[in-house]
Amino acid sequence: MIRDITIGQYYPVDSPIHRLDPRVKLAGTMLFLISLFVFSGYFGYVIATVFVGAVIKISKVPFRYIVRGLKPVLILLLFTLLFNVFLTREGTELFSWGIIHIYDQGLITAGLMAVRLVLLVLGTSLMTFTTTPNQLTDGLEKGLRGLKKIKVPVHEIAMMMSIALRFIPILIEETDKIMKAQQARGADFESGKLIQRAKALVPLLVPLVVSAFRRANDLALAMEARCYHGGDGRTKMKPLKYKGRDAVAYLILFGYLGLVIGSGFLPL
Amino acid sequence: MQETTRDLQECMVLDHVDYVYGAGTAYEKHALSDINLVLGKGEFIGLIGHTGSGKSTLVQHLNGLIAPTGGHIYYRGNDISAADFNKKELRSKVGLVFQYPEHQLFETTVVKDVAFGPKNMGLSKIETDMRTFAALKEAGVSEELYDASPFELSGGQKRRVAIAGVLAMQPDILILDEPTAGLDPRGRDEILDRIAQIHAEGNRTVILVSHSMEDVAKYASRLIVMNEGKVFCDGTPKEVFEKYRELEKIGLAAPQVTYLSEALRQAGVALPHNATTLDEAKELLLADWKGGRR
Ligand SMILES: Nc1ncnc2c1ncn2[C@@H]1O[C@H](COP(=O)(O)OP(=O)(O)O)[C@@H](O)[C@H]1O
Ligand SMILES: [Mg+2]
Repeated sequence: MIRDITIGQYYPVDSPIHRLDPRVKLAGTMLFLISLFVFSGYFGYVIATVFVGAVIKISKVPFRYIVRGLKPVLILLLFTLLFNVFLTREGTELFSWGIIHIYDQGLITAGLMAVRLVLLVLGTSLMTFTTTPNQLTDGLEKGLRGLKKIKVPVHEIAMMMSIALRFIPILIEETDKIMKAQQARGADFESGKLIQRAKALVPLLVPLVVSAFRRANDLALAMEARCYHGGDGRTKMKPLKYKGRDAVAYLILFGYLGLVIGSGFLPL
Repeated sequence: MQETTRDLQECMVLDHVDYVYGAGTAYEKHALSDINLVLGKGEFIGLIGHTGSGKSTLVQHLNGLIAPTGGHIYYRGNDISAADFNKKELRSKVGLVFQYPEHQLFETTVVKDVAFGPKNMGLSKIETDMRTFAALKEAGVSEELYDASPFELSGGQKRRVAIAGVLAMQPDILILDEPTAGLDPRGRDEILDRIAQIHAEGNRTVILVSHSMEDVAKYASRLIVMNEGKVFCDGTPKEVFEKYRELEKIGLAAPQVTYLSEALRQAGVALPHNATTLDEAKELLLADWKGGRR
């Protein structure tokens, strides 16, 4: 069901990862994404997978819950797989039929690409699973505050991001509600041909868009009523401060990065 | 209760119904536990409970929008979770008006929006039109609005259009989830009077979900009180309001006239029992006054 979408949502448990400073998690996610593109040997895959596995374990977010969030990227994954399998023309040919040729190198590239993609999604969703939108905004704002000097609207970008994240679950809930309400009037979203299905979405999409605007309007009003005027001169009730555990986390991160880069020099 | 099997064939029966949201996650919520109810044909039932007590979850079970995670629901003797049960037909027989139903309007005109339900049932054009106009009339939408855009209407009018959208399927059981939420007192009374009229004329079962005792006491002949996912009590308004002290403990209250008549009795006015509606209080007081003069 639509409620299974978990991308960008916070998962409320208490774990060492949850307690980390959001800046550590932001930097960690960036480093992890970069690491995914620098390693070349098989050993790099092993290290990255073990690293993500360990973080998932420590974060106490149920594995099942994370996997459910992977569903929406499944289609993307499938496309990547097919393209790699059918379009790679290297190595030895394993199978050919008409214009379709499958090479062993294609299969390997496709498999590795899939692993990289899954790791990429896992890494980023771990950040949102363990960090509330508010923390994320604070972390982003503070972490990037140097960019303000060159006129980058850091506060606004952070605010937009946190509102967008905050709205994902609201819109999902709204979609679920409207779907149910239309189903109660006999709407059918699950069967029929493509065109029929597309048509069936109208009773869902129109109210959804209307409600998104209504909510945006309400939010703007509520922010205005509380004298929101951007980030200038705004103070924080809980300013971010690095603690000992954050230093440890940074050390582990750099250790991981070193390992990944080092693994490239192994003869594997 | 002493129901014969023949009677149960006409009813909606809930047998040890359990429902858990998000089982196995940190969001796990046991929304309903061990619900056993028989909802009879033609009854006017008020379903009350504090916010979060599981009322909306319960009514969404009745037309198969959510399936119980434990227990069974039978409609006319058939288990509605069974694989071969026709859910689409159930949804036309059990009409559910959601909370804030005006949020689901989507068509360009009022008439088209109300026709959505009957059209989905696969009825002919003539039958669809007839049901649409009958429903609009029943819900009290005035004729000059039929071709207006539903988005231009006032809050109360939108809500009537949305109710008409469900009535147009001519359900046997009409469920309204907090139909008065967010309306002003006048809009509230108008909608409730309409619902009472729909019940009186249509020979339908009506289930009115509310958290206001005043609203339901006036119309319902049976009250089901929910608390924390369980049925707290079930009976006539009189029986339920007798327990007003217990109701207070779960964040509900009897209608104000019940408190007033209780106070009068304590002050020495010889009323036979507490009143639950204003009209009843009037009758009791008049009877007492006439009796006193004689
Ligand atoms: N879609 C949902 N997912 C998870 N929990 C829900 C959902 N809908 C309702 N709940 C929870 O179930 C409980 C009962 O909710 P609900 O049936 O809406 O109560 P009511 O209608 O009496 O206010 C509440 O605690 C609510 O937070
Ligand atoms: Mg509710």
